[in-house]
Amino acid sequence: MINATGLMKSFGKTPVINDVSVSLAAGGITSIVGPNGAGKSTLLALISRLMRADAGTVTVDGLDVWTTPASVLARRLSILRQDNHMTARLSVRDLVAFGRYPHSQGRLTLEDKAHVERALDYMALNDLQHRFLDELSGGQRQRAFVAMVLCQDTDYLLLDEPLNNLDMKHAASMMKLLRRVSVELGKTIVLVLHDINFAGYYSDQIVAMRDGRVLRQGPPAEVITSEVLREVYDMEIQVREIDGKPLALFYE
Amino acid sequence: MPHEANLRLPGRRVGEQRFVTPGRPALVLGLLGMIALVSICCFMTLGVKGNWGFVLPYRGQKLAGLLLVACAVALSTVLFQTVTNNRILTPSIMGFDALYVLVQTGIMFFLGTGVFALMDPFLRFGMEVVLMIGFSGLLFRWLFLGEERSLHLVVLIGIICGVFFRSVSNFMQRMLDPNAFQVLQDSFFASFSTIDPMLLKLSWVVVLAIVLLLWRMGHVFDVLNLGRATAINLGVNYRRVVITILLIISVLVAISTALVGPITFFGLLVASLAHGLIGNSRHRYILPAAVLLAVICLVGGQTLLERVFAFDTALSIIIEFLGGIVFIVLVIRGAAR
Repeated sequence: MINATGLMKSFGKTPVINDVSVSLAAGGITSIVGPNGAGKSTLLALISRLMRADAGTVTVDGLDVWTTPASVLARRLSILRQDNHMTARLSVRDLVAFGRYPHSQGRLTLEDKAHVERALDYMALNDLQHRFLDELSGGQRQRAFVAMVLCQDTDYLLLDEPLNNLDMKHAASMMKLLRRVSVELGKTIVLVLHDINFAGYYSDQIVAMRDGRVLRQGPPAEVITSEVLREVYDMEIQVREIDGKPLALFYE
Repeated sequence: MPHEANLRLPGRRVGEQRFVTPGRPALVLGLLGMIALVSICCFMTLGVKGNWGFVLPYRGQKLAGLLLVACAVALSTVLFQTVTNNRILTPSIMGFDALYVLVQTGIMFFLGTGVFALMDPFLRFGMEVVLMIGFSGLLFRWLFLGEERSLHLVVLIGIICGVFFRSVSNFMQRMLDPNAFQVLQDSFFASFSTIDPMLLKLSWVVVLAIVLLLWRMGHVFDVLNLGRATAINLGVNYRRVVITILLIISVLVAISTALVGPITFFGLLVASLAHGLIGNSRHRYILPAAVLLAVICLVGGQTLLERVFAFDTALSIIIEFLGGIVFIVLVIRGAAR
């Protein structure tokens, strides 16, 4: 269970997160949606201790993220940001193996290796495992990074726009995969997504944000509605139900 | 199945896994080590005329100084690039050694020649290092600890700081009386033959202690290389580790600047060469490679110039020239990306 209470964060004088209290139940996929500048990524960064909140607290299974030792938290919660620029020259396998760092401090045990293999398998990276990251396409890189956090084997996975850079096919397979991870391995997955239809189709919970506040939280059927979307995105969006899933037509 | 037997011991350590070209880093390190050894032998033995009993200790001390500078510059540059997650900036480009000159000038300026010249060299060196750590701590903490900042901003701030430190030092040096200035200038351009042997020993002890500390921290560096967010995600106590490394860098820069004065592009040269030659980013290969390259450049270069070309002072100029070219190439390549 992730509990955020009274979170505030400003950059300079601009408030980005404005008194957000939200609790995300363990298990399943939760998607955070909202327009640009709503504070989605910032909220994720605050939850995952990448940023320090000006006020408020975040706890993960009762552990305060800011006071719990980094290495303890790294075995509970992992975070992947959208921009993973780095100077290091690494092969895919090396990168994925870094996911075991919180558990083994750089010395891989056999158990760690099994985790690496499994993560590579899961993300279908076996053929690419010896390629260097700078030789991969954007989508392949993205998969490699997801494999790394998967390999970290934490109860909570926070992913900031994991569908960035992915075409339809890879986006769909990424979401299927995340669902598989959440069902088979019992992980709690929190995503920031831009495409509300992906969010509606694959999530168990949706958190809708705007202007640094949480407007609505609930299952897709309650959040993906014309009324809520009007409030969130400031535009008229028709919602149809197809095969029991809400589908928003925002192309008009 | 032989696999089964292994799986029953899940906690067994199996060492580092093998990488794409496991042979290459080892091969490069071996080669570099050999070249470094040859350079050292040549440096010690070439062109000896007269009493070996005099020449060997004399050259040995010079060699100890060169090796020390090589270690300090290579380690500080590679670590700095790791911490700041870039391949262009080095402590000297960011003005660390200008800061050291400023600290020295400041001590002279405010305490006077008498105190400066008569002060116990250990005490003076210790004081300079402490001041250096304090200032660089203050200055560079906010640059590298908070959110990730744009590299261009950091470069600009570094260059401005460097110019500022140099100008303030120059200003103070102009206000000094000529005698004081003379003493001060001597201490900037300490040549290898005039190093205080006790100071050299002290510096060696400090550098060895640092190497030991780095050895124990070793596993963190590769993780820091992945960037701030990923390092935090993987459970690195980012603030503490980065502060520790920046402090270590301050000490290393202080030592090398105290011994040979500011050298701007040398560190960049050896760090870039090390990354290029090794081919991956593992610090267990990069750090020794950079040190060996620095040894080859300094000791080998010095031997070539002294014995073969019979020049005496041009080594730093040549190194700076090559390093400067590397810097320009890196900036252009970075801009093209």
